[in-house]
Amino acid sequence: MKDEKQVIRVRNLFKKFGDFTANHDLSFDVYKGEIFGFLGANGAGKTTAIKILSGLSYPTSGEIEVAGFDVYKQRELLKRNIGYMSQKFSLYEDLTVYENIRFYGGIYGLSRKEIKMKADELLTTLNLEHVRNKRIGELPLGWKQKLAFSVAILHNPDIVFLDEPTGGVDPVTRRQFWDLIYEASRKGITVFVTTHYMDEAEYCDRVSIMVDGKIEALDTPSELKKQFEAKDMDAVFLRLARNSSYQE
Amino acid sequence: MLILFGMPIVQLLLFGFVITNDLKDVKMAVVDHSKDSYTNEIINKITSSGYFKLTDNLESINQVEGVFRKGEVKLALVFEPDFATNLTKESKAKVQILTDASDPNMANLAVNYLQGILQNYNLEINRGKVLPFQVKPQTRMYFNTSLESVFMFVPGIMATILMLVSAMMTSISIAREKELGTMEILLVSPLKPLQIILGKVTPYLLLSFINALVIVGMGYFVFGVPVLGSFALLMAESILFILLALSLGIFISTVSNSQQVAMMLSMFALMLPTILLSGFIFPIRNMPLPLQLISNIIPPRWFIVVIKNIMLKGVGFEYIWKETLVLIAMTTVFIGLSVKKFKIRLE
Repeated sequence: MKDEKQVIRVRNLFKKFGDFTANHDLSFDVYKGEIFGFLGANGAGKTTAIKILSGLSYPTSGEIEVAGFDVYKQRELLKRNIGYMSQKFSLYEDLTVYENIRFYGGIYGLSRKEIKMKADELLTTLNLEHVRNKRIGELPLGWKQKLAFSVAILHNPDIVFLDEPTGGVDPVTRRQFWDLIYEASRKGITVFVTTHYMDEAEYCDRVSIMVDGKIEALDTPSELKKQFEAKDMDAVFLRLARNSSYQE
Repeated sequence: MLILFGMPIVQLLLFGFVITNDLKDVKMAVVDHSKDSYTNEIINKITSSGYFKLTDNLESINQVEGVFRKGEVKLALVFEPDFATNLTKESKAKVQILTDASDPNMANLAVNYLQGILQNYNLEINRGKVLPFQVKPQTRMYFNTSLESVFMFVPGIMATILMLVSAMMTSISIAREKELGTMEILLVSPLKPLQIILGKVTPYLLLSFINALVIVGMGYFVFGVPVLGSFALLMAESILFILLALSLGIFISTVSNSQQVAMMLSMFALMLPTILLSGFIFPIRNMPLPLQLISNIIPPRWFIVVIKNIMLKGVGFEYIWKETLVLIAMTTVFIGLSVKKFKIRLE
């Protein structure tokens, strides 16, 4: 299922804001079709890193390639080949479900026919055909998030970045959301996800744990548990995060 | 916090200083056909009052309108020939007061003050005389003969509405996208920042333009406010002002992260000055110097001068290029600032 093709290649990424170093010497690879968990406490530098990878901000230094494109010089191409869903819910509340799909499809340059086809397919898979013309604002949060994810991969990107996609959702919906993620991964879309739910970390193929802007650990969940002699990811995380200088 | 506590103080100061009904240094021209000791004395009396300042001595009454069109001089005094002879022989001499009434409040005030001064003069020279001498003033208003205040409100409202719709709505709608997180999605998308901004701004450009048309139309058909100058020029200037307001709106949105902040900023930084300091209701020359200086950086101030000139005085571009230039410069500055701010955020 997974080949060893790198879709994200990061070498010595630094990001500084004045005296503060948000990302300190990050180096890692993410492979095609992988579900890559990006863990860390609040303020550890996850969002900063994800913003750099998705072309929203420039790194201070380092070599970074995403989907085969350089983040300094090939931003346009890079942006065309990634999807993004932020922790803030990000569809237009006062547009209908279908209008949102049409809008995002349009932004990524899909043709009218493609959009229509994709929208039908998407709504059927999600079982949301009946709310096609309802305004997004009227839907429950769980549905919105599923929609937001589906819209984020509407244009078949190589990678989709999910920045704490499941914040504030009940466990059942979260489980359903992860089903969507698995399905995307099966289609060959690489999923780069940040979260602070440790049970979700177990669902990832590999996870990296960030503490104070540095990657302290990076491996499969089972390897990490072995390495830190912990019974679950929660324990792994606590052991690493305890050394953090960051006080909440 | 700053806004909460600063607001009342600034407002009080603004209202206290701006809303005065006093005149100060109103620029005045004189057409003296008589040039005798009496007219001299009257002119001296008027200029020494502190309310008026003599700037031009004209030869003929025909020059007055030209001077008014330039916009500096608001008032002209015309003494009839043989003023002194008439006064001493017939006890009656006429002086004509001409005002630029494109600002009706101002014109009215100035005329009242002048009449007061002349009245005083009458009393003075008549002390102990059996047959009183009389200096009779006659008033004539230029550009707005019936002294209708709607003539003043139409340009003012135009500036206010365009500012409101363009700047406030743009800033709020962009801040809203930021708040909801949709802005982030747009930024990660292949859309270029310029495309995003244009997309946000175009509807408001159209809307504001329609508003401008409606205001001018209503003014013309309902209240009879004339458009003496070129209509095309008026619209071109309006579009320029709308662009300025839009760029201001974009700038506000780059410095505010939520709709509320954008709203407060627009209200505070745009609406109040537009109403108070732009010369819309309260003449700028009557304000204290610091406020006069501040009024210079308020975009509607220049726009109001421009549309008043075009609509009421019917002047061409050669009379308003300076104001136009100021508006263009302001637009450039705000666009520049927003782009810079935007870039910083991306770094």
